[in-house]
Amino acid sequence: MRIKFVFNGREIEVETHPGRRLIDLLRADLGLTGTKEGCGEGECGACTVLVDGKPRLSCLTAAIQAEGREVLTIEGLRENGGLHPIQRAFVETAGVQCGFCTPGFIMATYALLKENPDPTPEEVRAWLSGNLCRCTGYQQIVEAVLLAAKYLRGDALRVTRNEKTP
Amino acid sequence: MAEEILTAETRLVGKEAARLDAVAKVRGQARYADDLSFPGMLFVKAIRADRPHARIITLDLSWAERHPRVVCVVTPEDIPGENVVPVIYRDMPLLAVGVVRYVGEPLALIGAETPEAAEEAAALAQVTYEDLPAVLDPLEAIREGAPQVAVPEAAEAGNIFTHMVIRKGDAERGFAEADVIVEGEYRTGYQEHAYLEPQGVIAVPEEGGMAIYGTLQCPFYVQNAVAAVLGLPLSKVRVVPTATGGGFGGKEDVPSQLAAMAAVVAAKSGRPAKLVYDRAEDIISTSKRHPGVIRYRTGTKRDGTLVAVEIEFYYNAGAYQTLSSAVLWRALVHAPGPYRIPHVKVDAYSVATNTVPCGAFRGFGSPQVIFAHESQMDELAGRLGMDPLELRRKNALREGDETATGQVLTESVGLPQAIERAAELCGWKGLRREVDEFNRQKKFRRRGVGISTVMYGVGMGAKAPLLDKAGAYLKLEADGSVTVAVGNTEMGQGATTVLAQIAAETLGVKLSDVQLAPVDTSRVPDSGPTVASRTTTVAGAAVLDAARKLRARVEAAARGFFGVDEVEISDSQVWPSGEPGKAVPLSEVAHWMWVHNWDLGATGWAEGAPVDWDPDTGLGKAYFVYAYACHIAEVEVDLLTGEVHVRRFWAVHDSGRIVNPALARGQVAGGIAQGIGYALMEELKSEGGRIVAPSFTAYHIPTSMDVPAEFVIEFVEAPYSGGPYGAKGLGEVPLMAAHAAVANAVSQATGGRLREYPALPERVLELVEGA
Ligand code: FES
Ligand code: FES
Repeated sequence: MRIKFVFNGREIEVETHPGRRLIDLLRADLGLTGTKEGCGEGECGACTVLVDGKPRLSCLTAAIQAEGREVLTIEGLRENGGLHPIQRAFVETAGVQCGFCTPGFIMATYALLKENPDPTPEEVRAWLSGNLCRCTGYQQIVEAVLLAAKYLRGDALRVTRNEKTP
Repeated sequence: MAEEILTAETRLVGKEAARLDAVAKVRGQARYADDLSFPGMLFVKAIRADRPHARIITLDLSWAERHPRVVCVVTPEDIPGENVVPVIYRDMPLLAVGVVRYVGEPLALIGAETPEAAEEAAALAQVTYEDLPAVLDPLEAIREGAPQVAVPEAAEAGNIFTHMVIRKGDAERGFAEADVIVEGEYRTGYQEHAYLEPQGVIAVPEEGGMAIYGTLQCPFYVQNAVAAVLGLPLSKVRVVPTATGGGFGGKEDVPSQLAAMAAVVAAKSGRPAKLVYDRAEDIISTSKRHPGVIRYRTGTKRDGTLVAVEIEFYYNAGAYQTLSSAVLWRALVHAPGPYRIPHVKVDAYSVATNTVPCGAFRGFGSPQVIFAHESQMDELAGRLGMDPLELRRKNALREGDETATGQVLTESVGLPQAIERAAELCGWKGLRREVDEFNRQKKFRRRGVGISTVMYGVGMGAKAPLLDKAGAYLKLEADGSVTVAVGNTEMGQGATTVLAQIAAETLGVKLSDVQLAPVDTSRVPDSGPTVASRTTTVAGAAVLDAARKLRARVEAAARGFFGVDEVEISDSQVWPSGEPGKAVPLSEVAHWMWVHNWDLGATGWAEGAPVDWDPDTGLGKAYFVYAYACHIAEVEVDLLTGEVHVRRFWAVHDSGRIVNPALARGQVAGGIAQGIGYALMEELKSEGGRIVAPSFTAYHIPTSMDVPAEFVIEFVEAPYSGGPYGAKGLGEVPLMAAHAAVANAVSQATGGRLREYPALPERVLELVEGA
């Protein structure tokens, strides 16, 4: 069956079937491998993408659920062709080590900061507790999220523009 | 290394440069194993044994072969070379023949057009077995009459793979002189690496040979394994690590097995073959930390001076040797701890059982014995009525001291400073009072403070000195940028950034002008494995060597370019000495060199400083240098539920000169989290040799809620003259120290004595009740 959805800001139409997972549609069918599979059963968060602005585990989501929605993956996150402030913050705080968990954390952070632009460190920890990282011990990830929040708050215009064209 | 390099002002070494690979990673552009595809690529699935010990009676693959999308089926007869996964021994077959020795052992392989088809076809395989008696526990496996698991040629006796000793002084006399003696048995379970990226490789046939891409730590091990199973010369096998999503030792030897499997499918079909595990297959079939049964007896004088220790421990190695003898050796050397002890007796055993082979995991056999030695120290402190920090301060190794293997530490011993700094940072005495006060006031909550001190032998050590080497190749491009090729890998630890900093520092160029080439075994000589916290030290020294040669050449050229006797280079600028106004960009000199046909490449080589070891006594210079750490943890225990929360954590490390503090802090924080997991949460259950519930649903690793909000991480830098800019190793040390501090804090909070990992709530409640 064919489904239509907005993928990283562009409307697309693809062939899929009800048994197909969203993660396979993204990685294998659309060829964008930034979304990672760490467990395939909803436990690690590496596969987090945004569907209509909400974080979704693409390993537990059927591809056909994308129909008519907006799907945003790590590849769609940029700003003026450069790094999105969240990405910049992860680079600057060394919140990235092996990087396998990073796309999932960044997408989860994107959703958090949209909902709560000024989170406390405790709120950040609670929000991100569904994303596993085996490398960092989470310290520099939490720092990255707080820094990203600062960047985004510091430039309200940028945030608005961003919401329209991710 | 000359003295001046240890004290030299640096531009880049010691500075917080951003990771070279971070931008690609935050954009989702870094390519990990499963992200790569090749035209015509097949998907591989292994058919695995579901018995712990059995004779294979029949293996019927006819139904699997008939699956319309199956392209090839591989059985042991199809292996063109040797049916072996070569590690230290050659006892482990790639595909089992005749007998299976653990649940999950590979029997045959399917290569199919899609991953789904490979999976379906594997399920159609029919295997019949005749069960053999299995033995799963190491202490049972060494009993008289236990079923024979170990391949006899790979074992010293029966199921004892390896027995190693240290005999220093006279332990009996030592105990006779002791005023206080404590004794205990400690048990630890499996720890799963839980790298976020599961194992994966792709074998691609090319020009009469094979290229391997994959998530891996040790490209030269993989090259060797693939050459063995394909019967090819090493020159026809090329290994290119992809971006690697965590290793922690789990991608040391295991990728050799995956690569060999994918390679035989690729060789038989003539098509690229991808083998990627899902999480369950990864947990069932790959290496883990060895479970241990560990017995200690330690004696001191009344004033706390250690006089003797006697240690005996058994590690469950699983069905094949893989890395167990090396793991056991590191455990042996590290078992007495970072203390001055005149009389030492250690007996270390690795034992074969019908379980999945255990292997390398951050700390490499040492965390198990560190749990024991740090418990013993606290038990002694309790008996002596002495502050546990004071007891460690009193016995900690200092420069000039002799280790338990009789090695005199001639330099770079930062342990005393680490202890003092950690005590200062946490305000040790005040912290203990605060905790006592809290415990007096609260009815159902208890806090505890725990301390640990550890040492870590950097590099492969005297058991495998032939692997402690590294090569590097540096190339000055005609535009002044620099390409660096090494044979050691980036698995998240930050190696590429640190090596680039060393290259840029030494050459006098901007960090942004340096690019690390993807590792490829065809580019540099065998550089040994990326393990043993050795990359900064050994690969860094190789980069330094090449960079110095290249710099000398650039300086010679620049003297000609300017027509002067002396030049200076810094920050990608070159000028005649004393005339900075005449500076030109390095790119100009590089171009001039290119025009005048200068050789713009330089190779570098490094090997670890000499080590030696007498296997009969266990005495000798075990490692060329040691790193040290002191960790302090504060925990809070809920007396009603048994739940433990780590509230605060202080970690001070001596890893010599720190090349990149931001990355080093990340290594420490990550190691602490793994240590918290090891001590408190991570339990892999198995029944009858089968790992039950192999998933993150059942196996819990720490989340952002399980680590303390407050981490204080510092470095005391005792430079090592043999390391680049004075650097030693760091990667493994944080985990080694962290779990023991947490364990001691739990014991202190509960008033009991934790003797088995992990301290799950039930176990903690037992401690509370028993106290
Ligand atoms: S891969 Fe989806 S949660 Fe782990
Ligand atoms: S950076 Fe490796 S899992 Fe998070």
